[in-house]
Formats: sequence, structure tokens, C-alpha cells
Amino acid sequence: MPQTLKACATLPHPMAPIMTPVTRFIRESEEVFTFDLAPEQVAPFMPGQFNMLYAFGVGEIPISISGDSHAPERLTHTIRAVGPVSAALGKLKAGDRVGLRGPFGVGWPIQEYKGFDVLLIAGGIGLAPLRPVIYWLLRHRAAYGRVGVLYGARTPDDLIFRAELEEWRRTPDFQLGVAVERAGPEWTGDVGYVTPLLSKLRFDPADTVAMICGPEVMFRATALALEDAGIADSRIFVSMERNMKCAIGHCGHCQFGPHFICKDGPVHPYDRVRNLLSYREL
Amino acid sequence: MAKADEAAAVITVEGLQDLLRAIRARGYRAIGPTLQNQAIVYDDIESIDDLPRGWTDEQDGGLYRLTRREDEALFGYSVGPQSWKKFLHEPRLRLWTAERRGEDTSVTPEAPPSDRLAFIGVRACEIRAIEIQDRVLVGDLYVDPHYKARREGALIVALNCGKAGGTCFCVSMHAGPRVKHGFDIALTELLDGTEHVFLVETGSDEGRAILEQIPHDLASSREVDAAEAVIAQTASSMGRQMRSDDLNELLMNNLEHPRWNEVATRCLTCANCTLVCPTCFCTSVEDASDLTGERAERWRRWDSCFTMDFSYIHGGSVRASTKSRYRQWMTHKLATWIDQFGSSGCVGCGRCITWCPVGIDITEEVCAIRGCDASAEESV
Amino acid sequence: MKDIAELLRHHPFAEGLDEDTMALIAGCAKNVVRQPGDYFFREGAAADSFYLVRHGAVALEAFVPGRGTFTFLTIKAGEILGADWLIPPYRSSFDARAIELTRAISFDGKCLRDKCEADPRVGYEMMKRFIPPLLKRLQSARMQALGMYDAANA
Repeated sequence: MPQTLKACATLPHPMAPIMTPVTRFIRESEEVFTFDLAPEQVAPFMPGQFNMLYAFGVGEIPISISGDSHAPERLTHTIRAVGPVSAALGKLKAGDRVGLRGPFGVGWPIQEYKGFDVLLIAGGIGLAPLRPVIYWLLRHRAAYGRVGVLYGARTPDDLIFRAELEEWRRTPDFQLGVAVERAGPEWTGDVGYVTPLLSKLRFDPADTVAMICGPEVMFRATALALEDAGIADSRIFVSMERNMKCAIGHCGHCQFGPHFICKDGPVHPYDRVRNLLSYREL
Repeated sequence: MAKADEAAAVITVEGLQDLLRAIRARGYRAIGPTLQNQAIVYDDIESIDDLPRGWTDEQDGGLYRLTRREDEALFGYSVGPQSWKKFLHEPRLRLWTAERRGEDTSVTPEAPPSDRLAFIGVRACEIRAIEIQDRVLVGDLYVDPHYKARREGALIVALNCGKAGGTCFCVSMHAGPRVKHGFDIALTELLDGTEHVFLVETGSDEGRAILEQIPHDLASSREVDAAEAVIAQTASSMGRQMRSDDLNELLMNNLEHPRWNEVATRCLTCANCTLVCPTCFCTSVEDASDLTGERAERWRRWDSCFTMDFSYIHGGSVRASTKSRYRQWMTHKLATWIDQFGSSGCVGCGRCITWCPVGIDITEEVCAIRGCDASAEESV
Repeated sequence: MKDIAELLRHHPFAEGLDEDTMALIAGCAKNVVRQPGDYFFREGAAADSFYLVRHGAVALEAFVPGRGTFTFLTIKAGEILGADWLIPPYRSSFDARAIELTRAISFDGKCLRDKCEADPRVGYEMMKRFIPPLLKRLQSARMQALGMYDAANA
């Protein structure tokens, strides 16, 4: 599978992180931050793959790579501070070191769908794992049909990658829809749920691939809306999240029915998981 | 290690002592069944005097009791609470140590163990279990270096069971009781009032080399037949049975079966079944640092899908209910394991039945989902 | 009146509507324009009209003391605006403020209700056009109420 690159499979100790310097730290919003790492050994990655990041003495969490896969010498991660490890990572500054293992998992099948219209639908921090796809599409623009990106967030203050959103909005042949759940009067954009914006996008459902990243309740609803729009469920891809301790298929935590999210995912074709998603607490 | 490939030999009880001595002389740390805390426990043994001579066990759902045998059998009991898992896939393991000196931070992985273990008295179901864990921990893209080191260094002295336990169903899982492969040496204990000997088969060069070092005779056809009879007798006296050819479809097509709710009223989510299971491999990690913040460690420990934390993601646990956790364990063991690793995760050792404090019986649960009468299943 | 029927014909709300019904409801309609910042209706005021937005954008707003005004839904060209005219006591639940220059077809609520009452076939046609967008909004509002982006992580 070309969307899979397993750089550290050959390491003698796949559970041992490599301490890697932070080269840049940006605050995206009150809770979300982005940092770049300069890995000692540069390993290629595909959009949608993730790394395990270790905060010294605190712990390790899986984080999708949010940067450009054409420049793997700079590993960018965008993180929301929600637990002890992510909070500790949020206190880092340039020059500090982070434990790095990866890349892991199966990413977005962007190479397999050249010539297709591409729809990306992100909810909340779900835009971060999709940003490498946007970089890919911009770099290989002629190889794809129409491109549409929908992004839903809580409030305008929660939007991440704001400067880039403005850039993408101005990019020709790039349809961007942003909806927030609530906003003050200064916000002139859309307010509401993200899926209704689908009707504003131009795409040919028969030749469209869609990639969704966001909370499970959002991608279930969104996948159904995409099906209603005529996109086959085998061409709808979702990125799933589960508890993960090892990322190498050994700890057992990330199982979802027969699938290991860490090695069979995190990106799954919707037709593979839709039946399982109908069972609660699986 | 391969299949038994030559004519069987016979050794006496003293010969078994010699065998142990020869194994230890080759640098192995011998581990075998011992009597501890009123249970059969795998631990270091120095001589056959450490073996639970003359003991047997009674096992049923939620019941385990040692009793005396009429004879002096050395292996006259079935499997105890522990399996060889605790030596190959250690319950607690430091994975690495990290140190921070100013700007400089280094991570030092824990060196894989270099000691070579000899497992004495490994049952057919346990060999199957080890092979199943091999597939998970060294047979995939990523290799667990600690497991690999212990596994490659291990000598397996297998045992054809002379007694089926009250909760055994290895025959249903095609995992026993005959040891067919994956051993260096295989023993069958033969006891008939007058004679107490062991039929010995070898399955590797190492096994043959060890046998060559000790006094032994070529097995007579009577002794070979006697061993066959022992295995046949064990196979025909399984304490439990379970139809196993259709479990993936059966369970995955019944994820909303009312039985999951029913078993959830009994299950205590204590995780005993996962700890005693010889194939359950799930682990968690614990990170720690010292007070100066200059030294940190990561430890790995066995975990269980029965705990609330196991499926925690930001906001809560995916499997909050007992029903969902029991379902996860059983469907993984019997169904999705097949998709993941090409075989069932169950070997029919019966430990999860014996050590369940409320006596939940996996064979009975399958039967209930199948809609069969438990007593009918037993007579299959 | 002909102009209004023409404008109506181009709005998705009227898609598939027969000419007679179109003419009938056009009798209750007029063309309106709101400048950015102008209100279509205010919370608590009589809900005597509803609107088919033709151009522009309208924010549905609520005022929370201490937190100020916040928008929970924007309504764009092609969508309907206003539902409180459908049910007694015909009172607006929220503010609706144009955030761009907005052109819309405005319907007199009572006029339309009377016509629906007089001819249930017309009433049913109207209902089939109102229920889907209102249900969609209800579903979206539920998703928003779940606060699910809060649970999102990468």
C-alpha cells in the first residue's frame, strides 16, 4: 500500500522514542498548538500517518502529522491540550526535546485517486491530519479534479491554521467552506453544522473521493450525507481514534472489531467500518 | 523445532532427573510445575523433587482444588492458573530509561534478556498458545525484542497430558492433548502400578543432543501403545466441549444478542480470565520520572480489556458497560482473532472458566448464543 | 404581481410547484431588501412574515447578558427564513439580522395561513416544502448541542 510507510519497523527497539528537538512552536488557539520537530533520521511519511510523541517523564500519545509530506525533515504536529501529555507538550518551546516514534499507520489514499474530485471534511482539530492532503493537492493540483474543503469548528476563536484558511480561500479552483457552531456579530462567515455546506460544493459524485476527519459522531453523519450526495461508500474515507499505547499492533488497546486502528488505520474506507460503527461500545 | 521425527525412547524417573540435570548443565534455567499456595505454579526447579509428585487437581467453573493421587505421578494434574506467558511476555517489564542532562537527553532501551529458559512440562494447548503469541509479538511487521530473545532461547520439554482437567476442551480447539510440533523434547508419563517411566520423543537437534547425554532405551511397541492409550484416554475425557468451526460468523452476526446483557449481570470485570489466558497479550505502559525530573522510565505491564481505562479516549471510555467489555474479550478471542492472526485465540485450556470467580464458562456462553441446549452440546 | 411570481419561480422553495399554486401564494408575497445590519425580525416581536432569501446572508442571533450577541445559524440564498409564523402565538424566537445586502421574498403569514386553511392541497404542498429544511436544521442543532468538536482530537 503506497499510503503506508513504516520507517521504524526495522528498529531493534520499536518502543523506544528518539529524543528530537522542537524547532518552532506556534499557538493556534487557546487550546491548540503546533510545533515542528527536526528528526535526526529523516523518514518519509504519507498524509494521514501519525507519530507517537513522548513528553519527558509524563507519557506518550499518538498525534497525526499535520505538515507537508514533501518536507519530512520538518515534522509538524498540531495538538489540542486535553490531557496530561498533551498539556505537557503544550509547554514546550523551540530547543526542547520530544520523544518521537513513527511514522505509523495507513494514511489517506490520495495517490490512488488521481484524476478524481476530492472532498475533505474536517471537524475541530480534524483539520490537522487533513492538512498534509491539502498540501499534496496544492502541489499536484493538475493531477486532480475539483477540490472542496469543509471545516467545522466550535467558534471563530477555535479555528486553526487561520492564515492558511485565508490563503486557501483565495486559491483558484479551491472551494473552501468554514462553519462555526456559534459566533459573535463580528463573524461574517457561516454559522451552523458543517454538512449542510456540502450542497454549496461542486463535484461529480461518480468521480469523487471524500476524506473525513473529526469526532466519530460527526463522521458518521457526514459519511451518510456524502452517500446521499451520490458518493460510493468505498470512496469515502474516515480517520478513526481509539486508545493507543504502542502503535505497533502489540498492546491491543486500539482494536475496533477485527481492525487495529494503529496498523490497519487510522484511515479506513467507510464501507469497511460502517457496519461495525452501527454497534455501540464496540 | 519440528515434529517428532524418530523412534521414541524411554527413560525412568531417575532418567528424568538426569534429563533435568543435562538441561541445566547446558546453561538453561529450568522452569517447571511446583506446588505453591495450594496450586500448580510454574517456577524454577532444580530437581524432580520440586515437581508436585502424587498431586492432582479438581477443576470446574470457579473451582480449583488440589487433591492427592493414589499414585506417585509427577505430572498427574492439568494446567494451573499460570501459563508460560509470564516468562515469555513478562507481566511487568521496563522498556527503557531516559536521562536528561541539560540540553542532552538520551533514551536507553532495556537490553533483551540473555538467559535461556527450559520449560518443563509444556502441554499441547500451551505450545499452541505460545505459537499464537509468536504470531502477535514476533510474526508481524513489528517485533517485540524481549519476547523474541526469550522465545528464541527457550527449550521446550513438552508433555502429553495424562489427565484432562474438568474445564479442558483442547480437543474442540484442535490444540491437544497430543503434542505434535513446536517442542524439543516431548514426554508421556507411563504409570501402571509396577512401572513408572516416560516415553521420550525429540523434535529438534537440541532435543536429540540432550537425550544423547542421558541413559535411555528404545521404546518398545508396548510402551508406544501405552502412550497412545494415555493420550486417547485424555482426549476422550475432556471436561468441556465447544463447537468451534463457525465462531467468527456466529459471534459477529450476534453482536446484539440478549445473552451479552445476561452474562453482564454475572461478570465482575475482574480481568481474571485475561490474566490466566495463555494467549491474551494486551499491555499498557506506565511512565514515571524521579523528583529531579532528570531521569524517566517507561514500564510495560499486562493490561485487560475488562478495565474501564482500557478503551479510554479523551472524554470517556469507548466500552463503558460490562456487556461491551465481555463482548470485546470473547469476540476477540474466538472471532476477530481469526481475521487478525489467522487462527482462533483460544486453545481450550479452560483456565478462564476455572479462574472466573463467578464461574462464567466460555463454552456455555457460546452455546447460549448458538441457541443450543448446554447439555446437548456436551453430548456432541 | 407577475414580477413576484417570476422571482418565486427561481427560488428552490418553489421547485415543482404548479402555476396555479404559485400564483395563489404570490398573492401573499412582496419583494424586500435589507441593508447589512438591518433586522428581518426581532426576538419577541410578532412573527407576521416569513422569507425566501434570494441573495445575501442572514444571521440568526440570540443575546446572552454578559456574553453578548452570538450567532447560531446563518441563512443563505435559496433558503427559508422564519418559522414562528406557522404556529400560535406567532412570535419570533430570535433576532434575524442581515449580514450582507440581502434580497428576499417576504410572505404575509396570515395571508398564507388562510390560503392553506382554505385549500388543504395547498397547505400540504407548503408543508412538504417547510418540513425538510426545518428538520435538517433540527438535526444540525442537535449535532451542535452535542458539543462534539469538544471531543475531537487528532
